[in-house]
Amino acid sequence: MMKQRGMRQSAAWLLAACAIVTASAASAAEKKGSTVILATTTSTQDSGLLDVLIPTFQKETGHFVKTISVGSGQAMAMGRKGEADVLLVHSPADEQKMVAEGFGVHRRLVMHNDFIVVGPASDPAKIKGAKSSKEALKLIAEAKPEAKALFLSRGDNSGTHSKEKGLWKAAGMNPEGQKWYQQTGLGMGETLSVASEKDGYTLTDRGTYLSLAKKKKLHLEILVQGEPLLLNVYHVIEVNPEKWPKVNAAGARAFADFMLSKETQGVIGRFGVDTFGAPLFFPDAGKKPESLGL
Amino acid sequence: MDLIIEGVVKAFHLLIALDPEVLGITFLSLMVSGTATIISLAIGISIGAIVALTSFPGKRIVVSLVNTGMGLPPVVVGLFVSIFLWRSGPLGFLGLLYTPTAIIIAQSIIATPIVMGITVGALQSLPASLRLQILALGATRIQMVWMLVKEARLPLMAGVMAGFGGVISEVGASIMVGGNVRGYTRVLTTATVMETGRGNFDVAIALSVLLLSFSLVINYALTLIQQRDRPR
Repeated sequence: MMKQRGMRQSAAWLLAACAIVTASAASAAEKKGSTVILATTTSTQDSGLLDVLIPTFQKETGHFVKTISVGSGQAMAMGRKGEADVLLVHSPADEQKMVAEGFGVHRRLVMHNDFIVVGPASDPAKIKGAKSSKEALKLIAEAKPEAKALFLSRGDNSGTHSKEKGLWKAAGMNPEGQKWYQQTGLGMGETLSVASEKDGYTLTDRGTYLSLAKKKKLHLEILVQGEPLLLNVYHVIEVNPEKWPKVNAAGARAFADFMLSKETQGVIGRFGVDTFGAPLFFPDAGKKPESLGL
Repeated sequence: MDLIIEGVVKAFHLLIALDPEVLGITFLSLMVSGTATIISLAIGISIGAIVALTSFPGKRIVVSLVNTGMGLPPVVVGLFVSIFLWRSGPLGFLGLLYTPTAIIIAQSIIATPIVMGITVGALQSLPASLRLQILALGATRIQMVWMLVKEARLPLMAGVMAGFGGVISEVGASIMVGGNVRGYTRVLTTATVMETGRGNFDVAIALSVLLLSFSLVINYALTLIQQRDRPR
């Protein structure tokens, strides 16, 4: 009987302790200021950029940021439903649509890097030296079956996937359902791993590729790069509080302003230089998208 | 192979150095899954006992439903809990999405059918004459149920372990309703997924080693309690 009472008592204590911890964890977050839900792409998280920026923002403003790292497509879906307050995304055509339909406001340019086509060193479709991404994709699509060229697509409605679909369209091809075209449905980091393991080609942003190439020992080389069409631009969009009254408009604005501030832009420009020898992102606050060649 | 050894070494480094971030993640995992297990025990054992000890029309259907629920996919639970907790959802006013509480809710839903199913099985496997005997000795219904639960404590403890093991290792629901927010809702499993995505395999292995060690320690403790009380 004593034993059971002891057990029941300790269970009760455990429950009470858990409740207190949960309550204090929750209140610690609430006390400092409002909570901002940031929906963003996997590339900003996987490259580690946000781990540098978010703590500074939280310290400066007292807002607590909940970073939800998903593809750009899902991030915008969250914004459209009012489930996020602010978005940091890279899918310009869909972004313009979202703003035009009144779900997002104050879309502002933050930074850019570029997309690259990577593939195995053996380069079975011989795309190295292709004049454009269009030509490269054509070579992959028209490679002989015995060459075993394979293209890995994100297939997750992310910004990169959306860019890739645009490139196939520009090349006048529809790769869906082809044997040499496979969709991973995963984030950029995982898709690069799959491409490396299967000796396939894929489209990636330079930031994620550079930050993972050495760490993941990727057997992938940059084969196509440096074309205006391959530009990768990141915008910050505030979710329209008039559509969704529960949206934390003040917090969203504070975060957007922070991303465009001089100090943050400096941090973005320097990020990755000491580790990879080159910046992963180029700050663009205040620039017109046209100046980048868009 | 080197990678695995490096990862294990890294795990010890992180533990010995008492890395505050890793400690926080570990503590949150134990707290969230521990709370969810306790909640699932309260609900699972009480409803499980009612289902096992009463007879009503459609009882077999209810038991099959509970048994199916034992294999409830965490992502399905994560999806539905998210929909309910969205700002625009029916429980949106609570503001619980992307909080540790949201993970506790989802994990409780995952663990409850496991505990309930094992409770039903355990109580039904007791000899039917035992009930009559207890009642004949003048016990009230509540006393009778309590004695039966005590009699079935060996398999019930297995239920506790199965429930806890199911939720501490679960990642789908935690990432959907918790959001893997650094220092707030990042638990061992979601951190492992993220570090793998980032190519930090040594940290990912370190977190896995931690997860396995804690599961082992807790299951060992529960097994000790279970075996100590072995009926003669």
